[in-house]
Amino acid sequence: MSAVEQVQEQGSNILTDVVVRFAGDSGDGMQLTGNNFTEATAIYGNDLATFPDFPAEIRAPAGATFGVSAFQIYFGSEDVTTAGDDVDVLVAMNPAALITNLKELVPGGLIIVDADAFTAKNLARAGYKENPLEDGSLDAFRLISIDITKRVIDTVKPHGLSHKFAVRCKNMWTLGLTMWLFDRSRDAAIDGLRKKFAKAPDIAEANVAAINAGHAYGETAELPSGVEVYKVPRASVEPGLYRNTTGTEALAYGIIAGGQLAELPIVFASYPITPASGLLHSLSSQKQFEVMTFQAEDEIAAVCAAIGASFAGSLGVTSSSGPGISLKAEAISLACATELPLLIVNTQRGGPSTGLPTKTEQSDLNQSIFGRHGDTALPVISASTSVDCFDVAIEAVRIATKYRTPVILLSDGYMANASEPWHVPDFNSYEPFPVTFETNPEGFSPANRDPETLARVWAKPGTPGMEHRIGGIEKDYVSGDISYDSDNHQKMTDIRKAKIDGIANDIPDQEVVLGNKKGKLAVVGWGSTFGAIHQAVKRGLAEGLDVAHIHIRHMWPMPSNLEELLTGYEKVLIPEMNTGQLIKIIRAEFLIDAKGLNKISGQPFKIREIESAIKEQLESSK
Amino acid sequence: MNAPIKLTAKDYATDQEVRWCPGCGDYAILKAIQKLMPELDVPKENSVFVSGIGCSSRFPYYMNTFGFHTIHGRAPSVATGVKLANPELDVWVVTGDGDGLSIGGNHMMHALRRNVDLNILLFNNEIYGLTKGQYSPTSQVGTKSPSTPDGSVDLPLTPCTFAIGAGAKFVSRSIDTEMKHLTIQLTKAHAHKGASFVEILQNCPVYNDGIFDHVKDKKTSADTRLLLEDGKPMLFGTDNCKGLRLNTANLTLEVVTLGEDGVTEADIMVHDETNKVLAQMLSELKSPDYPLPVGVIYQAPAPAYVTDVYNQRIKVREAKGAADVNALLQSGHTWTV
Repeated sequence: MSAVEQVQEQGSNILTDVVVRFAGDSGDGMQLTGNNFTEATAIYGNDLATFPDFPAEIRAPAGATFGVSAFQIYFGSEDVTTAGDDVDVLVAMNPAALITNLKELVPGGLIIVDADAFTAKNLARAGYKENPLEDGSLDAFRLISIDITKRVIDTVKPHGLSHKFAVRCKNMWTLGLTMWLFDRSRDAAIDGLRKKFAKAPDIAEANVAAINAGHAYGETAELPSGVEVYKVPRASVEPGLYRNTTGTEALAYGIIAGGQLAELPIVFASYPITPASGLLHSLSSQKQFEVMTFQAEDEIAAVCAAIGASFAGSLGVTSSSGPGISLKAEAISLACATELPLLIVNTQRGGPSTGLPTKTEQSDLNQSIFGRHGDTALPVISASTSVDCFDVAIEAVRIATKYRTPVILLSDGYMANASEPWHVPDFNSYEPFPVTFETNPEGFSPANRDPETLARVWAKPGTPGMEHRIGGIEKDYVSGDISYDSDNHQKMTDIRKAKIDGIANDIPDQEVVLGNKKGKLAVVGWGSTFGAIHQAVKRGLAEGLDVAHIHIRHMWPMPSNLEELLTGYEKVLIPEMNTGQLIKIIRAEFLIDAKGLNKISGQPFKIREIESAIKEQLESSK
Repeated sequence: MNAPIKLTAKDYATDQEVRWCPGCGDYAILKAIQKLMPELDVPKENSVFVSGIGCSSRFPYYMNTFGFHTIHGRAPSVATGVKLANPELDVWVVTGDGDGLSIGGNHMMHALRRNVDLNILLFNNEIYGLTKGQYSPTSQVGTKSPSTPDGSVDLPLTPCTFAIGAGAKFVSRSIDTEMKHLTIQLTKAHAHKGASFVEILQNCPVYNDGIFDHVKDKKTSADTRLLLEDGKPMLFGTDNCKGLRLNTANLTLEVVTLGEDGVTEADIMVHDETNKVLAQMLSELKSPDYPLPVGVIYQAPAPAYVTDVYNQRIKVREAKGAADVNALLQSGHTWTV
C-alpha cells in the first residue's frame, strides 16, 4: 500500500516514512532540487538516505529517456539506511522522466507532473503513443497534473528573465510544492539560492519567487482528496550536532583527519574520472590544511606523483575508479616493492571498461586484492556507508603509515554521491598515530625494519646522513642494495607477505552488526550494501527469524576471528553487486560453502530482494 | 653549526659496483656529475636523483644522495611528487631516449609544460640498451636492430625539438665525453628555475657504437658541431670560417662561408637564447647539411609550477585563517538534536 493510501485509510496524515523521487532532464536541475529537499528534511529532523541517479551525459537532448536524471530520498521517523525500495511520490518533469521511473512507483502512489512538458514532441521522444495524462493509463496512481512551466513563467515575469532562464526556475517551483506537501521549511533553500546567485540577484529572486509560488499553490489549489500536508514525525536519534554528508565529503575529511593524526602532510594526486573526481574537487578547496592536490596528466602520473611524495616524507594519496586503478597497477607494485606508504581510493562504478560510469557496482574487489603483477599483497579496506567513509579513511591512513604499505580503500558510486545525516564526531576523541622518521645514521640501512610490525624504516630526503637509494629491483634483506640472490628473494617475498598478514592482528575483531553470534544464517556483506542488508535482517529478526548481519570492513587481511565466527552459522549468504567476488575469497580462505546473491544492474539492492533471499535460505534449510 | 666541510666527487660516489658495459658513455656523465655536485650550493642530503628504467636509469645507485629507481617512463611523475612534497629538495631526473620519450613521453611533456623545477637529463644513445638493442624513438631511419632486422622505417623525433614544443623553458644539448661543456650545461640547467632539459649524446658501445663520432671526433667536430653561446654569432668550422645566416626569404637558417659571396661576420646570426623561433630552428639542425648545435638552445624565465602552487596556498591560508578539523566537520548546515 502506498504511503498516500495509508494516510487516507487511517484518516490521519501521519506517515512513518516516505520515498520521494524527483526526475527530469539532466539539465532540469533535479540533483539541486533533491539536495535542497534533503537539507530541509535533515533540518526538520527526519532520518534519511538519498540516491542520486544520473546519466553519464552532461546535457542529453531534452526529453530523451537516456537523459533522465533522478534523485531519490527516503526519510522517516525510524532509522533509515537505504534510499528505499519503492517510490511513494514521483515528481516527473517530462514524459521521459515519467516513463523511466513509473515502474518504481507503488500502486496508489502520487505523481506530480508538469503538464506543459507533455507535448506531442516530448511524448513521441519518450515513446508514448498516447498522452498518459489523458488516456487513463495512470489510473492506478494519484495524478496531480499542473501547468508548471506556464505558472513559473508568470511567476518570474517581474524579474525580467529571458524565457530560457525563466523556464529553468521550474525545478524550484516544484521544490516549493514538495516542501509544502511534507511541511518542510523553505528558509535554507532560499538562503542557499541567494548565496549561489549572489552575483545575479535577479536570478536569485526569480528562483525564490518560484519556490514560494510552488508552496502557495499547494496551500491554495484544490488538490485531489487525500493529497494534503503529510507529517513525518522526527526520528528519535542520539542527541548531538548533525549535518548531512556524502561519502565523497566524508572521505575527503577523513583523509585530512588521517593526515593530522599521522602528523603527516598529504599529497593527493589524481586524474579526473567519474565518479571519483569529487574527492579531488573536495580536497582542492582545503588548502588551509596540509593537503596538496595535484591534477596529473594521467592515472599513472597521479599514482607516481603520490609515490614520489611518500618517498619525500608526505603521505601520497591517489584516487580513481576501476579503469584508472588498472592503469595504476604497475606503480602500486612499485610502492609494494619499495615499502612506502600510499593510499589508493577506488570509487567503484559499473564495469568492465567504461561500463556504467555513473552507476554503482562493487566489482573491483578482485582487482584490489589480486590485481597486480608479482606477489604483491596489500591491505584492502572498504567503507559501508557515506558516513563510514570518514572513519575508514582514517583507518586506511593508519595502516598505510604504520606498515609502510599501499592500502586500497574501496568506496562506490552509490555511497560517494548519496548523502545521509552525520552525527558529527569530535575529532579530539581520535587517537593520534604519529609517524616517526628515521634520523639516526648509526647502523642505518634502508632495509631496516621494525621487528614488531616489519615496517621498513622511512628516512626522508633532506635528513643529513640518511642518503640512500631505493627502487623496484629486488633488494638485499640486510643492506637494501640490489640483489638477485635466490635465497634473498625468497626471504624478501616472505617478509613482505608476513608484514601484510600481520596486520590481521592489528585490526578489530569482526563483530556482528545485528542478530546472534551464532545460529542458522549469517548475511555477510561489504561496502554500500550495508543499508539494504541491515533493514532486511532487521525485518527478519522482527519476524523471529534466526538471521544475523555481518559486514566486513577489512577485506584484506581479514579479521583473525572471521573464520571462527562464520563457522558458527549453519549457512552464510553473501549479497554482492558483482558476480561473486567476496564469496570466492570466503570459500577459498575458510572452505565455507557460502551462497551468493548477486545483482549487477547498476542499481543498489532493494531491501526486499535481500529479505526474500534470507527466507529462501532459511526455508531450504528446514 | 659547524662550518660546512667542502665535499669532493668521492663523497658523491657510492660503494656500489657500477654495472654499465665497459666503454659506456654513462661513465663519463656519472663522473662529470659527481664532480659537479660539490660545486653546487646544495646540501648533499637535499639532492635527490629519480630515474625510470633503462641503462641510464641505474644512475641513482651510483650517486651517494637520495635516489629512487622507479618504473619505466615515470620518473618525471615521481619527481614531481617529490618536489610537491618538499620544494626545498634539489631534484634530478635521469632518463633515456626510450624511457623519457617513448613509454614516458607523456610525463616528459607535462613535466616540461608545467615547468616543474626539475633538472632533467636525457641520455640519448638512440637505442634500447638494457633490453638488448631494439631501435628507439630517436633511432635514425634504417637502424638495424633485433626488432628491425631490415632497418627501421619510422621517423625519429629530435629530443630538443620535442622539449621546446612541449613548452620547456630551458633546453640544452651536450656530449657525454665533453666534460667541460657538459659541466657548464648542467650548471646552467641547475641554476634555471623551472624544468630544465639537457639532452646528452651518449655512446652505446655495444648496440649503437659510434653514431655520434662525427660530432665527437676532434678531426671533424669543427665542421660538424656548432657551439652555441648567447649573444655571440653562430660561427663554426676551422678558424670559425663558417656560420649560420638567416635566409629571410624562406625563414630558414643556411650555412655560409665567411669571405665567400661577400659574406662577413655581420651577416651571421647572433644566438639569442630567449628567441623561441630561433631555438626551434636550431634544435632541428642535423648533419650532414648542418652542424649539430650544442649548448643552451633556449632559455626563458617563467613561473615554476611548485613555487606557484605553494604561493597560492599561502594566499588561501591568509584569507581563510587557521585550519581546524573540528571546524571543518561542523561546516555547512548543521542542526542539533
